[in-house]
Amino acid sequence: MSAKDSVVLSDMKPGSRGKVVRISAKGPLRRRILDMGLVSGVEINVKGVAPLGDPMEILVRGYSLSLRKQEAAEIHVEVM
Amino acid sequence: MEAARVLQTGETVIAMAGNPNSGKSSIFNNLTGARQHVGNYAGVTVEKKEGKLIHQGKAYKVVDLPGTYSLGAYSEDERVARDFILKEKPDVIINVVDASNIERNLYLTVQLLEMGANVVVALNMMDEAKEKAIHIDVAKISKLLGVPVVPTVATKKQGMKELVVRAIQAANEPKREALKINYGSDLEKELKKLEDIISSHSQLSQEYPSRYLAIKLLEEDQEVYQQVKAIPGTAELLEQSEESAAFLLDETGEDAESLIADRRYGFISGVSKQAVRKRISAEQRLSFSDKIDKVVTHRVLGIPIFLAAMWLVFQFTFALGDPMIGWVEGFFEILGGVVGGWLAAAGASDLITSFIVDGIIGGVGSVMVFIPNIVLLFFAIALLENSGYMARAAYVMDRFMNTLGLHGKSFIPLLVGFGCNVPGIMAARTLENKKDRIITILITPLMSCAARLPVYVLFVSAFFSQYEGLIIFSLYLLGIVMAVIMGVIFKRLLFPGEVSPFVLELPPYRIPTLKATMIHMWERAGIFVKKAGTIIFSVVVLIWALSVLPWGVEPGSKESALGQIGSFFAPLFAPAGFGSWEASTALIFGILAKEVVVGTLGVIYGVGEEGVVTAIHQLWTPLSAYAFMVMTLLYTPCAAVIGTIKRETGSWKWTVFTMVYTLVLGWVMAVLVYQVGRLFGLS
Ligand SMILES: Nc1nc2c(ncn2[C@@H]2O[C@H](COP(=O)(O)OP(=O)(O)OP(=O)(O)O)[C@@H](O)[C@H]2O)c(=O)[nH]1
Repeated sequence: MSAKDSVVLSDMKPGSRGKVVRISAKGPLRRRILDMGLVSGVEINVKGVAPLGDPMEILVRGYSLSLRKQEAAEIHVEVM
Repeated sequence: MEAARVLQTGETVIAMAGNPNSGKSSIFNNLTGARQHVGNYAGVTVEKKEGKLIHQGKAYKVVDLPGTYSLGAYSEDERVARDFILKEKPDVIINVVDASNIERNLYLTVQLLEMGANVVVALNMMDEAKEKAIHIDVAKISKLLGVPVVPTVATKKQGMKELVVRAIQAANEPKREALKINYGSDLEKELKKLEDIISSHSQLSQEYPSRYLAIKLLEEDQEVYQQVKAIPGTAELLEQSEESAAFLLDETGEDAESLIADRRYGFISGVSKQAVRKRISAEQRLSFSDKIDKVVTHRVLGIPIFLAAMWLVFQFTFALGDPMIGWVEGFFEILGGVVGGWLAAAGASDLITSFIVDGIIGGVGSVMVFIPNIVLLFFAIALLENSGYMARAAYVMDRFMNTLGLHGKSFIPLLVGFGCNVPGIMAARTLENKKDRIITILITPLMSCAARLPVYVLFVSAFFSQYEGLIIFSLYLLGIVMAVIMGVIFKRLLFPGEVSPFVLELPPYRIPTLKATMIHMWERAGIFVKKAGTIIFSVVVLIWALSVLPWGVEPGSKESALGQIGSFFAPLFAPAGFGSWEASTALIFGILAKEVVVGTLGVIYGVGEEGVVTAIHQLWTPLSAYAFMVMTLLYTPCAAVIGTIKRETGSWKWTVFTMVYTLVLGWVMAVLVYQVGRLFGLS
């Protein structure tokens, strides 16, 4: 786990890309994140942020997924 | 197993499973011809829907399972789907897979295969995949998964024949071996230990595929854990599973849940690498959807567009619907006149004539008057859902809804609640988290449903005809404001400190098909008509009966049973300005169905549709009329809503709670309006 150059997804800017390294969420949120295909190694692409600043939208496995920043903060990403 | 199946139905059962938005409803409609809701908002198919497929003179039962991404116990939908597959053991499962989004869709497929289900994959949306320049080697996928795969385009009915043939063929074949994904040596060793224990337990090995159960236990699926715990002689297995999970965490630094998800997606990536070719990567291609999203979820434009869309829905429903209401009213007026004339000519007594003309025709008429608004509203909602905008609305609104203690998705039930609270509350099923669901269900009755509109229309035409729009809009707004306040209160008081995941798919925009929109519209409208047809009609007859009992009293007078009930409660409403027995009586019957308030007033004032307005103009004041409308908006929802709440929450506690809090809220607000109004010299 390359903790030093990994950031949390919620801090990533629209247009940036990265690779998921770790999910720190627990319980149902963790289950949901994994089910939606956000497992370690998968590439993601930040598409944008909702008008009120939250949630954010990402592209993963070719589809669009939105999550709250609070949830995205549990996803650790290695920026590419 | 075989015996259980025969006992169940005696016929072949085809279940349909798939991700939300994969086109499952469309295929289900194609196969069964059933009128069924088709939507585009993730997770609309929440109820178990059944239909009949006729093939070569034989009937097959088709069960549409809820659309889910997975088969864990994450949501009620997932539990429903999983339990159905394990317990009802359908003969074959048609797994609808969105070809344009194949990786995530196959995640569910893999789980179905791990359960040892007899699966036929419908590779749907092949047209979209083609458009996205995704090339799929169907034969290869079929070989890698070990199941038949049929390419389809549900909207154009392509591939349906082959799908049916393949499904029926598979249903008649012996069950295939469950798919075995290699979970890596560490995990496999632990799985083996668990599988061995399971195989030696006769009940367990009969009820569950052993490898599937072992995986679920390692994943620490709480629901499966509890089910196993309830079976005697399983202590050893549960102990071993806990030990194995702890060992894996120690050994790999990862919990089994992630390891398993990783491996499943790893397997899928393998399949995808061999069988799917994307000529352009998703990142490089600015799709049709992305272009729309750039505008619709724009930082500045997003909210105005959302508000404009809602305004359009509202205008479409009412501006277009109101003239049609005139036609319906006209029809029932003429009908009442004609039938009244016949009855008089036939020498019927006044009582019978009044029962038929005022009770039955008047009652049915005051319900049918709503059909134009409802049909138009649900047409608009169906367009929003099928186009994909609903999910964006949730995305745009989530921040706001979240501060109210709600989920972006709560927006849908609340919006649908404007048409009718019943489907609105039913739509709350799309919320996976119990807290979100309960709060949404509790406040949906505050949304001013279409059935409350006739009450407003009645009082508005008696007092506020120049300000019609403004007065009615203020009531809708009051309902929303109350919902916001109650939402925040409930979140703080009933579910302190609980959060729930949002994580929502934004499906690609699709041009809604007319057929799907119409099916959706008629289904929703049908719910209202059915409710209206049965409840309203019996209520009108009941009112009529109560108004003439005990025999001999002047019908509908204060001495009648109806009048006595009303008189008893009337003083309670004096501080709100409508302490008359007529008003209380109307409110009491309004609990059976809100629109009945109008019918009741019509019957007890002893005047027709036309006369009610005049009677009210004479007997009420503008202020008491407004307070009464506030009461109608907020107080205890109608019987159908109460029944729905009971069904959806599964608890009398929440049902009674809703009935009581709305009643108190309605009374408090009506009194507040009246008293404050009087302070300002209105009356
Ligand atoms: N282009 C294309 N669109 C399709 C196809 N199948 C379905 N659709 C459209 O996709 C949208 C979603 O279809 P549904 O049948 O409602 O999907 P579902 O999986 O039942 O979705 P939920 O009701 O949300 O569970 C609708 O607008 C359909 O018209 C297809 O093969 N090609």
